[in-house]
Amino acid sequence: MIEVKNVSKKFDSLIVLDNVSFNVGDARLIVILGPSGAGKTVLLKAILGLMPVDSGEVLFDGKSIQAIDESEIYEIRKNIGFVFQGTALFDSMNVLDNIALPIVEHTSASTSEVKDKVVQILEIIGMSGKEKLYPRSLSGGMKRLVAVGRALALDPKYLFYDEPTTGLDPIMRDRVVNLIIDLKKKYAKSGIVVTHDLDTAKAVGDEIYMLKKGKISKVRQIGKEVYNG
Amino acid sequence: MNLFSLIGDFSLFFFRSLFISWKIKTTKWRILEQVYYIGIGSLPLIIVIAIFTGLVSIVQTSYQLIGTVPRYILGTTLGRMVMIELGPILTALMVSGRCASSMAAEIGTMRVTEQIDALEIMAIDPYRFLNLPRIIGIFIALPILTVISEFVALICGAVYAHYFLDVPFSVFNYGLTHYFYAKDFFGGLVKSLFFALVIAASGCYFGFKVKGGAKEVGKAATYAVVTASILILVLDFLVALVIFG
Repeated sequence: MIEVKNVSKKFDSLIVLDNVSFNVGDARLIVILGPSGAGKTVLLKAILGLMPVDSGEVLFDGKSIQAIDESEIYEIRKNIGFVFQGTALFDSMNVLDNIALPIVEHTSASTSEVKDKVVQILEIIGMSGKEKLYPRSLSGGMKRLVAVGRALALDPKYLFYDEPTTGLDPIMRDRVVNLIIDLKKKYAKSGIVVTHDLDTAKAVGDEIYMLKKGKISKVRQIGKEVYNG
Repeated sequence: MNLFSLIGDFSLFFFRSLFISWKIKTTKWRILEQVYYIGIGSLPLIIVIAIFTGLVSIVQTSYQLIGTVPRYILGTTLGRMVMIELGPILTALMVSGRCASSMAAEIGTMRVTEQIDALEIMAIDPYRFLNLPRIIGIFIALPILTVISEFVALICGAVYAHYFLDVPFSVFNYGLTHYFYAKDFFGGLVKSLFFALVIAASGCYFGFKVKGGAKEVGKAATYAVVTASILILVLDFLVALVIFG
């Protein structure tokens, strides 16, 4: 379980996060909805310890990442997959190497075992046979799928998605949305989806929160509207 | 950032890059890749520079010395000049121009496209993943390039002296070997090891510090080359003072 407790963050005088609190339960997808520039990505990075917070804390299965050292943060991150808005794929590596990297770095799997695992992941994301392609020859949607594949490499407990459907055509958007739903249902992946797309939010979220002017408020919980504004 | 904080930050960055877990098993291929890129990739440039270093040096030396000293002194002078100074420093400056800039641009681009954040999230230390292979790679490649450059410069000098200055190979070789001191050769190599460290540190440091976009990546590449070049000259003096002073 991830617990975000009273997290605040400001840049100079601009308050980006103001006492933000919410929980991510097991096999639950939490959506953070908000306009561009509302601080959604800052919130994700703060949760992951990539950006220090001014106050508050984030607990992963009871461990506060504000109170542990770098090596322990790295241990926690092995349980997290992150899909970047810009995909952040390594452009010097092909699809296979991009997905294989965390496996090679963190496990003692042999070359053939790594390859088998990557092939299996490519099947899950619907990109079989694309191992040899480099990011430069993939479309925006395909890059997003490979980014999801790389996030799955270590079979993490949590998956974070930063604007997973932004800039995609409707067909690719549906493909990514269905993949996110499948990963939650079939593989019990919990996580956070940050988006400004209401359709994506409604399609994937168990709970939807709205982040606006630094404040967070719950909008919906499994079909039940809790916000009337 | 003032000069003192820059020096402090730069030093911390350098030590942070070295004093990490050396997981050579997963880093070795990237080290070899860097040795190849820096070593083999810089070889044509280094050979061209070495050819003209040898030719210019022998012309200048003969202009200043012929007629006043025995002819074999040309071999002695060129040998010591190339091994102590010209070989290490010109090689380092050329490699700095080629590699410090590309390191800064590559790492800087990875910074702005969040690839470094991606490494962090995958629990891969970016200092080990990106900096260590470059530091070790250049530490291996630069001394080898320096030796090759010295060899080429001396051969070119000897050939020019033979055909244009009437100094036979045997006379040139006598001057070169008779007054050869191992300290000259190894002192030059020690310099090149220090130069290797500052080239890699400058390239990686300015790449890591990029914030923003393409313009900042360009600036980082420029800062990396300028800083590496200045540090090479400063270290050249300091190491010369310790070894030859």
